[in-house]
Amino acid sequence: MKENTSTPTDLPLRPDIDLPEVVVNAMREDQQIRIVNLSLDRRKFIKLSGLATGGLMLAFGTITPRNADASENSGSEAHLGSNNVFDPNGYLQIAPDGSIVIVAINPEIGQGIKTALPMVVAEELDVKWENVKVVQSEIDAEKYGRQFAGGSQSTPRHFDRHRTAGAAARAMLISAAASHWGVAPESCSTSEGVIVHRESNRSISYADICLAAAKLPVPEKVPFKDKKDYKILGKWKPGVDNHSIVTGAPLFGYDQTLPGMRYAMYVKCPATGGVATKANIDALKAAPGIEDAFILPAKGEDHQLLSGVAIIGNSTWNVMKAANQLQVTWDRSGAGKDSWTELVSRAEKSFQSGDKVIHSAGIFAEAKAKADKVLESTYQYNFIAHATMEPMNCTAHYHDGIMELWAPSQTPQAAGDEVAAVTSVAKENVKYHQLRIGGGFGRRLINDYLCEAAAIAEKVDYPIKLVWTREQDMAHDFFRVGGFSKFTGTLDAAGNITGWKDHFITFNPAGTPDKTVRGGGSNTSVFPIPMVANVELQETRYDLRIPCGWWRAPGSCTRAWVINSFMHELSTAGGKDFKKLLIDMMGKTRWFEQGNWRALHTGRAKDVIELAAEKGNWGAPLAKGRGRGMAYYFCHLGYFAEVVEVTVDASNKLTLDKVVVAGDVGPIINRSGAEAQIEGSVIDGYSAMIGQSITFADGVVKQSNFHDYPILRMAHQPKIEIHMIESDFRPTGLGEPALPPLAPAVCNAIFEACGKRIRKLPLTAEGFNV
Amino acid sequence: MVTINLSINGKSTKLEVSDGTTPLLWVLRDTLGLVGTKYGCGRGLCGSCTVHMNGIAMRSCQLPISALEGQSITTIEGLASEEGELSPIQEIWVEEDVPQCGYCQAGQIMTASALLKTNPNPDDDAIDAAMAGNLCRCGTYKRIRKAIHKAAEKGVKSS
Repeated sequence: MKENTSTPTDLPLRPDIDLPEVVVNAMREDQQIRIVNLSLDRRKFIKLSGLATGGLMLAFGTITPRNADASENSGSEAHLGSNNVFDPNGYLQIAPDGSIVIVAINPEIGQGIKTALPMVVAEELDVKWENVKVVQSEIDAEKYGRQFAGGSQSTPRHFDRHRTAGAAARAMLISAAASHWGVAPESCSTSEGVIVHRESNRSISYADICLAAAKLPVPEKVPFKDKKDYKILGKWKPGVDNHSIVTGAPLFGYDQTLPGMRYAMYVKCPATGGVATKANIDALKAAPGIEDAFILPAKGEDHQLLSGVAIIGNSTWNVMKAANQLQVTWDRSGAGKDSWTELVSRAEKSFQSGDKVIHSAGIFAEAKAKADKVLESTYQYNFIAHATMEPMNCTAHYHDGIMELWAPSQTPQAAGDEVAAVTSVAKENVKYHQLRIGGGFGRRLINDYLCEAAAIAEKVDYPIKLVWTREQDMAHDFFRVGGFSKFTGTLDAAGNITGWKDHFITFNPAGTPDKTVRGGGSNTSVFPIPMVANVELQETRYDLRIPCGWWRAPGSCTRAWVINSFMHELSTAGGKDFKKLLIDMMGKTRWFEQGNWRALHTGRAKDVIELAAEKGNWGAPLAKGRGRGMAYYFCHLGYFAEVVEVTVDASNKLTLDKVVVAGDVGPIINRSGAEAQIEGSVIDGYSAMIGQSITFADGVVKQSNFHDYPILRMAHQPKIEIHMIESDFRPTGLGEPALPPLAPAVCNAIFEACGKRIRKLPLTAEGFNV
Repeated sequence: MVTINLSINGKSTKLEVSDGTTPLLWVLRDTLGLVGTKYGCGRGLCGSCTVHMNGIAMRSCQLPISALEGQSITTIEGLASEEGELSPIQEIWVEEDVPQCGYCQAGQIMTASALLKTNPNPDDDAIDAAMAGNLCRCGTYKRIRKAIHKAAEKGVKSS
């Protein structure tokens, strides 16, 4: 598909709700980048990236892994070093010994970015991928712009920059060789690390010419490879850390060790905001292996440092044991007192009374009066946790006025501000080292555990590793917010949706009614709202102290469920095929806001819906007790439609037999990584909807570990089929957009299988089991 | 102080441990620096800490060190040869690009390799049953299953 099939319109369509601040800020910068053409020229790129990030780093420097042996492992970072190599732009380095190092600039949380972006550099540089060594770059905003893992942004934001880095280096190597031979650069070509001059049958390796290339100016304009010549992009490439992972080499935050390091735990009040007033500090200090214990007061906000008791000792086990002996008095006068059951009954009352209208189009009351059918349904979804396999942790060492941190954060550039907010250390004296992240899903966009580690390290004269237990991780997550929606839909005689009303109940951080909790914002322009003539959106907000955070596809992970579920109800009531309803509502092929890659392109949406329907045998009959369901969603720049098949037996035992995924995120960078993200999104979406639920009373979370917070196990995985369109739009990310359609597709299929409409999640609360 | 003699990754090891209830997991990680074995739940619920005891997959967070006198323990670090040559199952794990975040994968590999010792050619049901105690939050189950099948094929061919 070409991008010029669209018609400009002034109707903006904002698919993403309430994204992390770091993502929103990055998007604001990216407003300058409205480019979809893959042959973007360099001059434009320099100009645009200059606006976006302060420009490419054009100075010559050197990437030197801290030491060769450790470079694949935790703590290794690229930084400036000797001059005996070719390092044109901070993204890659070629040395005379033939080694090629490419940096990975963003945190790796399992989304595969540490492999994908270096592949882009290697492709344009034209080297053998097998010869490339990838190392984590240092955190340096001047050199690399914003470095974070969130919002599925790494690929769309960095693709052009990485292509340019590789292509510019290649052009310089060619120039150096051409000048060495006394021939025109245009008469030379490259092939996997070798420059070739065919006319004279001469060739020279990058290694042999790299020091000469290092003396040349960085070119103004560089050509990019034609897609058809790609040897690396679009291929299946295993992750660059795989060897370390399968051999158990130190890699993750939890694995970090330093000479003289002690282990620390930090125990907080189970209810957010409770203050430690008294603790058996002397007894703790006398416990085996314990070296220190102290109370810390809260500092900053809830996502920074809460009051608690620090316990430091010579082993993880000793501090865990000591923590079990902790006797502490919490002053809970200022602590959260939220109760999920109270919120549920409060929502029922709010739905009866209605609330303020935050968006309207047409006249909903008129649509209702004229309607052939009116349907009303209330949906409720629960809070859930991130439950990353690696619990929160951070190693910190305060020395020489410097706060040095080794951590698995998704937002490393925030470390300085966060630490400065809770310690006496100035922002510029915080030095952060990026470690591999044992699962992110948005949890580590928040740096509370960095703040805790820094606050503890400031008090002692040795390095500490702050370790969280699973129980702490569950109790003190920043949860995916729950919510409620009461829909009223109106249909004409042909089954078309003429009116759409949604009373949405969400939350604001206690005491700040002017903003919603993270991931809890309203979306007034998500499909199908702009396509319906008569719309009325109401919103109610309740105070909430339970900490909320961004969970994979924030907002979208729940909006997709309620919207697709209610649209399916309407399609059933109106006797109109669900797929036909989606396609009809998309209308003619157009782009909401020409050239804005964040706006919905109805052509791309229709294409994935049609593809999912075709590959998923939409409309074909199924045996009794089986059902097929579909859902569609566009978020994080990715278009996904999913068709699933389920079996429901007489005891409400659910089997997800098959999931057919159709997607369009433009060209695929790494086929393996792309498919992995889609497979993972399907599993994650299913795992979350079955039985995961965080409930709380008196401000305290009830769940504590995997026995009462179940993660999907291997036997329950569905068969997953992936079909990607690979359109010519710019490549975009895959960490999130395949997740939102899964839950509604499953619920729609359950309805088809057994006639039961799921209006509450998780499924176990509705009597289903797997 | 308790003295324990055991074998870790083929090496006779004498440990002086102040607390015999210390789980093997923390002895491996904090005392011996073998951090490939991961902490995930501390209650034997997630399988991230899986090691082999006499060839059988066990959750090291549930094994007090005092109970391990004379036992033979293999961790993820002990699967490759001393020269660093990967075992077939590790190689396949790399090729099939099983890991996403990777945190649970040491435990997955240890459970899978113990399974293949007792059942060299497991079907899907046998794999699912053996792997049921190993959680993967990223959802790499499809590739884990495929990798085990592939390892089984390779094992059958080579023997």
